[in-house]
Amino acid sequence: MIEKLVFYLQYPFVRYAMIVGVLIALCASLLGVTLVLRRFSFIGDGLSHVAFGAMAIAAVLRLTNNMLVVLPVTVLSAVLLLRTGGKAKVQGDAAIAMISVGALAFGYLLMNVFPTSGNVSGDVCSTLFGSTSILTLKKSDVWLCAGLGLLVVALFVLFYNKIFAVTFDETFAQAAGTPADKYHLLIAVIVAVIIVLAMNLVGSLLISALVIFPALSAMRLFGSFKKVTICAAVLSVVCAFVGIVVSILAETPVGATIVAVDALAFGLCCLAGRLTGGNA
Amino acid sequence: MSILQASHLALGYPDGGIIVEDLNFTVNAGDYLCIVGENGSGKSTLMKTLLSLQAPKAGTIVFGDGVSRREIGYLPQQTMVQRDFPASVKEIVLSGCQGRCGLRPFYNRAEKALAAENMERMGLTDLADKCYRELSGGQQQRVLLARALCAARKVLLLDEPVAGLDPHVTAEMYALIERLNKEGVTIIQISHDIAAAVRYASHILHIGSEVFFGTREEYLKSDAGQLFIAFQKAQAAESGVLA
Ligand SMILES: Nc1ncnc2c1ncn2[C@@H]1O[C@H](COP(=O)(O)OP(=O)(O)OP(=O)(O)O)[C@@H](O)[C@H]1O
Ligand SMILES: [Mg+2]
Repeated sequence: MIEKLVFYLQYPFVRYAMIVGVLIALCASLLGVTLVLRRFSFIGDGLSHVAFGAMAIAAVLRLTNNMLVVLPVTVLSAVLLLRTGGKAKVQGDAAIAMISVGALAFGYLLMNVFPTSGNVSGDVCSTLFGSTSILTLKKSDVWLCAGLGLLVVALFVLFYNKIFAVTFDETFAQAAGTPADKYHLLIAVIVAVIIVLAMNLVGSLLISALVIFPALSAMRLFGSFKKVTICAAVLSVVCAFVGIVVSILAETPVGATIVAVDALAFGLCCLAGRLTGGNA
Repeated sequence: MSILQASHLALGYPDGGIIVEDLNFTVNAGDYLCIVGENGSGKSTLMKTLLSLQAPKAGTIVFGDGVSRREIGYLPQQTMVQRDFPASVKEIVLSGCQGRCGLRPFYNRAEKALAAENMERMGLTDLADKCYRELSGGQQQRVLLARALCAARKVLLLDEPVAGLDPHVTAEMYALIERLNKEGVTIIQISHDIAAAVRYASHILHIGSEVFFGTREEYLKSDAGQLFIAFQKAQAAESGVLA
């Protein structure tokens, strides 16, 4: 087994894939707490479906780099969803459901009407659940992912205190002169970028898992925002690494393997939280 | 010059009608103003308007005496999100300094010292690393009070600071607020508890069908105040009968 791993790691593209995979997992975990608690998680879900629709359009247009379509469309949808969601709460949820399911159907329709390869269901499957192997990433994808990933981490670190203030108590932050609306927009844009990134790794249906599992696991163990954030990031990185290694060795689909490892970690954290009484 | 002067103020939400109109009142440095009124009479709306989270429908609010609207600390009526948010006492109190940061990403030493000082003032130093959701209601209110103090040294707006607290903790909370007021902090507080308002406040603003603004003494002489005293006497008599 070790030999097999060493054999694979000789190739630079395997190492790149590892680095990118871990970086994406790191990004995805950062905003987990915000997304779980601010009820943005539905937006995250909706956006991933929008990204699927955009991916279908890009495939039909036979673009060499489909990120060029997917990224702007998803970011734009994030901004729109946030606007509608902020105004009318109940209808906001309905609007999100409508857009996300609509995008899903539209994307599937496009892929069937204008098939780009002989294997439509294979294409659909890999967009929904991630490529069967992360090793098929193109070199340009790798660089783009790495660049965007680093940007997300940098933005998060720089705006960490503001994100905390705005998510913990929006009204207070606004009263104290923090432009909460702008930071919500920033959060939505970061979420959109994360979703587009994560789509390469786990596919659009499993993204929510990558975002939410580490945060929920960490919240079982810790009671401060900083500790939860750090713990979620570490958990997510470890799970992604383990998941990728397992998927290479056992030849399982990479996205599903990572999510399975995340779920396992969540189970362990629940147990540990029970034992320690939830405040480590 | 007064800290805050509201003239002919009308309150309301953009998509609704006017809730209260023609409010006139003045707050001077060191005052303890209590805002009383029935549920839904527009007290929280008045707070939001003072904090400029909400535009007035008519009239003006003028800040003076070296206080800008950014130098007002605010204790909100609690929201649901905070309930299971993983945040330590220290993090929450420190977040009160956010308004001073502007675009600067991290807190500086002075701000951290200010947070520590206010935690000490509210008796929270031992709880600094505790998780907010594991605190009692009274402790949570003290945390939010310390955060408000970080945002502003001079003026505090408190929206029902004792809601949901037991009589003992309520008394402690009032004592704490009174002490802050004695230390020179101007207090504007919403309260349902007219008895406490009459006891602690220097000025009273009653909003609702009848609008009243004046000092505590004037309030007790007014119609609304007389009604309250009569009510209290009746209650005292009743509990006397029961006992
Ligand atoms: N966001 C809002 N949009 C529209 N109307 C609102 C909004 N919030 C409150 N209102 C309405 O404004 C009126 C005053 O509400 P407000 O919250 O100011 O009352 P309050 O005096 O603080 O009551 P309570 O003692 O229960 O806290 C109510 O009739 C309420 O229905
Ligand atoms: Mg209210």
